[in-house]
Amino acid sequence: MGLLARLVRWARGRSPWILFINTGACNACDIEVLAALTPRYDVERFGVLLRGSPRHADILVITGAVSRQVRDRLVRIYEQMPDPKFVVAVGTCAISGGVYDKCYNVYEGVDKVLPVHAYVSGCPVKPEAVIRAIDVLAKKIMRGEV
Amino acid sequence: MAFYLPVGPQHPIHPEAILLKFKVEGEQVVDVDIDASYVHRGIEKALEYKTYTQGLYLIERICGICNVAHSTCYVINIEELIGKEAPPRAQYLRLILEELARIHSHLLWLGLAAHLIGFESLFMLIFRDRELVMDLIEAMTGNRVVTAYNVIGGVRRDLDDALAHKIREALERVRERTRYYRKVLMEDPTVRARTVDVGYLSTSEARELLAVGPVARASNVKYDVRADDPYIAHDEVPFNVVVYDTCDVWGRVMVRVDEVLEAIDMILYALDHMPSGDFRIKVPPIFRAPPGENVARVEAPRGELLHYVRSDGSDKPYRYKVRTPTLANLMATMQMLKSRGDRVVYVADIPIIFGSIDPCICCTARVLIVDERGRVIETTTDELARMKRW
Repeated sequence: MGLLARLVRWARGRSPWILFINTGACNACDIEVLAALTPRYDVERFGVLLRGSPRHADILVITGAVSRQVRDRLVRIYEQMPDPKFVVAVGTCAISGGVYDKCYNVYEGVDKVLPVHAYVSGCPVKPEAVIRAIDVLAKKIMRGEV
Repeated sequence: MAFYLPVGPQHPIHPEAILLKFKVEGEQVVDVDIDASYVHRGIEKALEYKTYTQGLYLIERICGICNVAHSTCYVINIEELIGKEAPPRAQYLRLILEELARIHSHLLWLGLAAHLIGFESLFMLIFRDRELVMDLIEAMTGNRVVTAYNVIGGVRRDLDDALAHKIREALERVRERTRYYRKVLMEDPTVRARTVDVGYLSTSEARELLAVGPVARASNVKYDVRADDPYIAHDEVPFNVVVYDTCDVWGRVMVRVDEVLEAIDMILYALDHMPSGDFRIKVPPIFRAPPGENVARVEAPRGELLHYVRSDGSDKPYRYKVRTPTLANLMATMQMLKSRGDRVVYVADIPIIFGSIDPCICCTARVLIVDERGRVIETTTDELARMKRW
């Protein structure tokens, strides 16, 4: 592998910018992801920055079981992200539907709709778990494993 | 020449999926329509398939931020339905947790409001101090956000002296910081320029459109369920209903700051006057409720929250209905977001005006049943309850 390719991979792993979207969560995971961005947990020390537009983002952080109404919009947002792109499913209901299992309006888990690279369990997740997921994913990106 | 400006379903002003359709002329907002169907999950229907005890864990996950308000309302509702009452100590413990959750929710909102007007340093500072309250909630219940503290018949854990001492100490610190933020929010020219006379909602409009919670209280409507229809221990713990008559976003900010200070006083009073005794009565995990119906309401951080249950005598509710404060405030929000007369609403003010009701979309999401020609089908409560899940 050339020096330039290694440099690009290193840079990607050191500045994973995230886009954060709620696809039917109960807000609990949202505020824990938000808490991870603020001074106590401060995920910015890993180079993580919250972006408003999918066109700026490397990692799509999804909270919540995917509802039927939001599914097509979620896929469109994913398609707007530049390659390489990664998805983190945050919370039990993003993994399997969780407590909304068998509700009529949800798909049970993000991986029914999009490819997922990291799962964070918990209902709601802890900010530490979000940090670990992003850190592990960033290291994998640097090593070129995903 | 008017054109349409969609905000959402994915937009930086709000992580939750909601679509605001604005009709704008130049910089001025003329009309607005709100589509809050994106995160509808069907919780009311799912509750009909769960026993009363199982329903408790689903009801908390209607909304993570006001989960304590939802679970308090649910347990009061079910306790009244089956004719049992939690012991006095449990009522006080519920009150302490409810007010802690109110502080955490209001500080969260104050931080987000600072973020929406572009005051990033204030956002970060408020979130740092909010973590003190999160630590208290974690020490008291075992979890930071979704607490599962209220159970039918009482609460799940008692509160010992060491924890009471810890709560007192931390709240003194929170009070000191909140007083400082109050000074900043009252005097800072940046904050005042973005909030004073923005998002006007007059007293008569607030009454007509049935606004609730801090939105109504900032428009000089003195309405608070804790004072007007006391539940748990609110008739024993004194507090002031905070009312402002500025009718704008600034008033809504100040109502929430002052409510944080009131909530701190309430918790300290409740800790001093806590009755001794049991904190829980035994209720079997599966029980049949007598046929009948019941309504309970509480003052959630965002306003009046109403739960309705109908029982047909089985161990599961026949119909459960939740009316959340954000849903009640949506009509008032649409009024605030429209230019009318000499009160012009600019596109730049959309985030803070919409944010000023403390919108919680996951509570609010509703669906319409539409046939293949696009006509809306109206359904009654009984038809909904009889409908099969799939």
